[in-house]
Amino acid sequence: MKKDPIHQAILESRLKVNRRQFLSRMSVGIGSAALGSLLIPDLFSRAAAAGDDFIPGVPHFAPKAKRVIYLFQSGAPSQLESFDYKPRLREMMGQDLPDSVRGGQRLTGMTAGQASFPLVGSYYDFKQYGEARAWVSDLFPYTAKVVDDICIVRSLHTEAINHDPAITFFQTGAQQGNRPSMGAWLSYGLGSENENLPAFCVLVSKGKGNGQGVYSKLWTNGFLDSVHQGVQFMPGPDPVLYLGHPPGTDGKSRRALLDKLGDLNNLQFEEFGDPEITAKVQQYEMAYRMQTSVPDVTDLSGEPDHVIKLYGPDCLVPGTYAANALLARRLVEKGVRFVQLYHQGWDQHGNLPNEMAGQARDVDQASAALVTDLKQRGLLEDTLVIWGGEFGRTNYCQGHLEFNNYGRDHHPRAFSMWMAGGGIKPGLVYGETDEFGYNIVKDPVHIHDFHATILHQLGLNHERLTYKHLGRRYRLTDVAGKVIDGLIA
Amino acid sequence: MASGKLPDKVDFNFHVKPVLSDRCFACHGPDDNAREADLRLDLEESAYAALKEMPEAHAIVPGKPGQSMVYLRITSDDPDLKMPPPSSNLELSDYEIRLIEKWIRQGAEYEKHWAFVSPEKPEIPEVNHQGWPRNDIDRFVLAKMEQVGLEPNEQADKEHLLRRVSIDLTGLPPELETMDAFLADESPQAYQKVVERLLASPAYGEKMALHWLDVGRYADSYGYQDDDRRTQWPWRDWVIHAFNENMPYDQFLLWQLAGDMLPNANKEQILATAFNRNHKYTEEGGVIVEEYRVTYNIDKTNTFSKGILGITMECAQCHDHKYDPFSQKNYYELYAFFNNTPEKGLEGLVGSKPAKTPIMYITDEDVQGVLDFVNKTDTGRMMVSVMDELDSLRKTYILKRGVYDAPGERVFASTPESILPLDTTKYSRDRLGLAKWTISKDNPLTARVYVNQLWNVIFGRGIVETTGDFGAQGKLPSHPELLDYLAVSFMEHDWDIKWLIKEIVTSATYQQSAKITDKKLHADPDNVYMARASRLRLPAELIRDQVLASSGLLMRELGGPSFKPYQPDGIWEVTSSGRGTLARYVQDHGKDLYRRGIYGFIKLTVPPPSMLIFDASNRDQCEVERQRTNTPLQALVMMNDPTVLEAARVLSGTLLQHKELSSRERIIRAFRRILCRSPQEKELKLLTEFFDQELERYGNNPEDAAAFLKVGEYPYRNGLDAVQHAALMSLVHGIYNLEETITRS
Repeated sequence: MKKDPIHQAILESRLKVNRRQFLSRMSVGIGSAALGSLLIPDLFSRAAAAGDDFIPGVPHFAPKAKRVIYLFQSGAPSQLESFDYKPRLREMMGQDLPDSVRGGQRLTGMTAGQASFPLVGSYYDFKQYGEARAWVSDLFPYTAKVVDDICIVRSLHTEAINHDPAITFFQTGAQQGNRPSMGAWLSYGLGSENENLPAFCVLVSKGKGNGQGVYSKLWTNGFLDSVHQGVQFMPGPDPVLYLGHPPGTDGKSRRALLDKLGDLNNLQFEEFGDPEITAKVQQYEMAYRMQTSVPDVTDLSGEPDHVIKLYGPDCLVPGTYAANALLARRLVEKGVRFVQLYHQGWDQHGNLPNEMAGQARDVDQASAALVTDLKQRGLLEDTLVIWGGEFGRTNYCQGHLEFNNYGRDHHPRAFSMWMAGGGIKPGLVYGETDEFGYNIVKDPVHIHDFHATILHQLGLNHERLTYKHLGRRYRLTDVAGKVIDGLIA
Repeated sequence: MASGKLPDKVDFNFHVKPVLSDRCFACHGPDDNAREADLRLDLEESAYAALKEMPEAHAIVPGKPGQSMVYLRITSDDPDLKMPPPSSNLELSDYEIRLIEKWIRQGAEYEKHWAFVSPEKPEIPEVNHQGWPRNDIDRFVLAKMEQVGLEPNEQADKEHLLRRVSIDLTGLPPELETMDAFLADESPQAYQKVVERLLASPAYGEKMALHWLDVGRYADSYGYQDDDRRTQWPWRDWVIHAFNENMPYDQFLLWQLAGDMLPNANKEQILATAFNRNHKYTEEGGVIVEEYRVTYNIDKTNTFSKGILGITMECAQCHDHKYDPFSQKNYYELYAFFNNTPEKGLEGLVGSKPAKTPIMYITDEDVQGVLDFVNKTDTGRMMVSVMDELDSLRKTYILKRGVYDAPGERVFASTPESILPLDTTKYSRDRLGLAKWTISKDNPLTARVYVNQLWNVIFGRGIVETTGDFGAQGKLPSHPELLDYLAVSFMEHDWDIKWLIKEIVTSATYQQSAKITDKKLHADPDNVYMARASRLRLPAELIRDQVLASSGLLMRELGGPSFKPYQPDGIWEVTSSGRGTLARYVQDHGKDLYRRGIYGFIKLTVPPPSMLIFDASNRDQCEVERQRTNTPLQALVMMNDPTVLEAARVLSGTLLQHKELSSRERIIRAFRRILCRSPQEKELKLLTEFFDQELERYGNNPEDAAAFLKVGEYPYRNGLDAVQHAALMSLVHGIYNLEETITRS
């Protein structure tokens, strides 16, 4: 199909339409800014003069990070067995949580009826590591080795107390509702750097621990254009849904079909003059390219031995966390903007020491390997890696207490996560909780602050990354959030 | 409209208010708590009054921009004085400033927001091109076209028109025999007859229900965490039934909002109230029960506001509305109508039961009687979550910041006075009163909003483009008189939905061809003025329906439990907690595989991917409008989904069985069944070339032919030549992948 006159026709027609519609129709899956600004240099300047809102695809200022890998630990790993060292809890093992510490905070329906709240210390020992002298539990030996490359934040707090609203809050900035996911916001805000892969990719794995499930609504585009929806990669022959050629066909025969379809569609275009017809042909072409580019990126067989060794043997088993971590690196290497991993199974209401050890084994080596691998490739400086769950866990025991067998309920008031790369200060331990690990005493970071900071690293002002829907300008940070300067290198 | 020459007479509602609302109201609007300098610009008294901080000055002095602080501040160069302040990231364009200046100069007249004034039937406008209009819709549309210098397209040819109206009214393509009969019928009533027949078809109810299921956020699971199965589908069957019976829209709403409170309510009326119970429902252990009970009521309030009244009331859940005259108190007064049910926040963990209190049970006796439209497939007792009213009044409070445990002032059920005050001499302060208030002919929104939703479904763009927002931040109607004409006529015809649909599809406006000339593309790229028919990508469910119907696979049975089609492996399993009956995807078999898209099983946390890829609602919340995107994933579905491939196999097999047909005739027939028109010679040539290529390829590789044919569970036809079959299947599959196939044009 001859491209130029048709392109021209669409462009001319779309110049009359508002800019966002133009971009969303024209640039499906392609770097909006690149395409838009290349083709019509003065489109943006004119729009800006009109005082219109956000221009998709253009950062507000020079970004430190260009892409994100978010290692979401679904179910909420305990901060008290990982990064928030509280020897006092061992000393006071079995004693009741003082009321003055709890401060009347609401409890979940699972422990609200408990007669007492016996404190429980970590079954696992902690040691200090690196120049940062950061405390890390024995469950995370590999992460311990990279503490000087990461920034541990021990003062996150959230508003939700149950899994579904809490995880939804982390992903979309709101507990309820159908708001766009972080990855969708970034795809909208920054576009893609690779026209053959989606800007927002999702990888899911599952541990043996008690889990709560994740949901495809977590990677929703919400009210944004559905090109910004996360695309889930699956283990198995079709890494992306419906990607594979049907049996009895191959790339060559599909090419022949596409050529004929192009000719037939072009006849329709000549008759009806609808630019959507041309756009459809382009989408078929991109789908065809994805059929090559996706299997290429998911094929780990070309990875050298030292990389396999770094991530551990699990990375050769498709669908594991380790395989997904390695795949995440391959995706960002190809210019994918946002890779969202989920590892399920972190909801230890009981049997915590045992289950958490299994979960940590699943993720520890590969998470640290990812940081190291990115660093070795020079990618860490502009790739932001995030590790953490949806809330923390209580310092008191849920259910029966033994020193080596206990459970912890949900705790939204204080919990830990870590970040690395993308202009975040390495070797930093940020924020502090009280000696019971219950309340934050220094440098709190709310979820909205967390989001604002991430957007800032990507060159976006969280108050200006807006989308007008049903009369209101929506933001990832809703109506709050501040950039935490202390986290930034 | 947004640049260039100012209007001669600046109109508050149409010119000034959109600007003030968008750039000023956030701080100088209805929200009491966010207001700066104690100044409101949404109210005349406040804008004219002496400023609190500078009593000698006034925000607006009618007739005198130079003395109006509003004008002085928006034109100021001083960043400390300039409005909107630079920190707001909002700006006024030069045109907007000049517009405000002219409005003040002309007297700064305020008007009530257009959508909150009851519609009156406007005069039918005069038009020049007398011969074109077929009914009054056309006169409104044409008058506008003539104003902007556009002319209507010619009428669409019969083939396109028949496919268009068949899809719009039933969601299905016409059969070959119907096409032949229509093409042969040269009587002036030919089209009219087709419309009557389509309106009488049971498929009409299915097509109409599709939109209402989005509004009513219908799904087959609970939506939170473990996300187990629920059985609300009898409500879905009722919606289809109600449309097929042509239940008047006012009654349709009355039953859904308060059917349980009608005198001697029967089970059908109670079933209708499931509308208010389709929201998500938690089965997560450890939740705070009251928090969720409140959440459910908020969903009911928001669904009512958005889906039926077309307003964004949800903004007032946490604070006064920033743009529209809805206070937080108004919100909880509305919420109070829904707050008097015995519903619980949590009623058992995963696996407890597929409906929650209040529950209505459906017996075999019911489905032989009053519920005879419910397609109950087994003899077990069924349950549906419905509405019921407490004997006593549960107290309702304003919830500060919208939080369940921060009650403020106590409120009583009432409606927003800016829309229509609740006249308590006519309406009780309960759901039944609310329902009657909603369907009162004095209500300025109900008829307009539904007429506009249907217009949007049919034309792809509402007369008010923001179908879910008729407030200050919504778009203004492109044809305000037409909207009012339709709304008032609809009520005058006793809310007769089939009448409305028929008016629309028999108009000349609707029957235009979809050809886009360069001139029209430039003058009106979004087809606001309707000087041509729109070409619209079909909704997800209808794409499935086209494929199944044209192949002959479609199972036409109405209603019943939702089915689980072919779906790529592992989608449910990889994300599931492992608990509940929906932890694993168990695909259906046999005839259930070939049901219409509307009956596809919707698990809320993992909605069916092939539907979502084509912009189906995820049913998480009330939705009044779908997107129409165009993505590579859609191409992958059409190319590789076994549903499409199987349909191609079955249709090609049927064609091959007709030994009397030549290849050319088979190609033409396949083309007609799918696209409902005869191919042009040029098209036929390309298709034949492709068929011959495939014949050669499969002839050289018979094992590929066998592999290609091996798709789907529908039984294989014996005695067909595999190479011929595979080549023809490939051709049919190609036709399914044409842009035109999934487009209504």
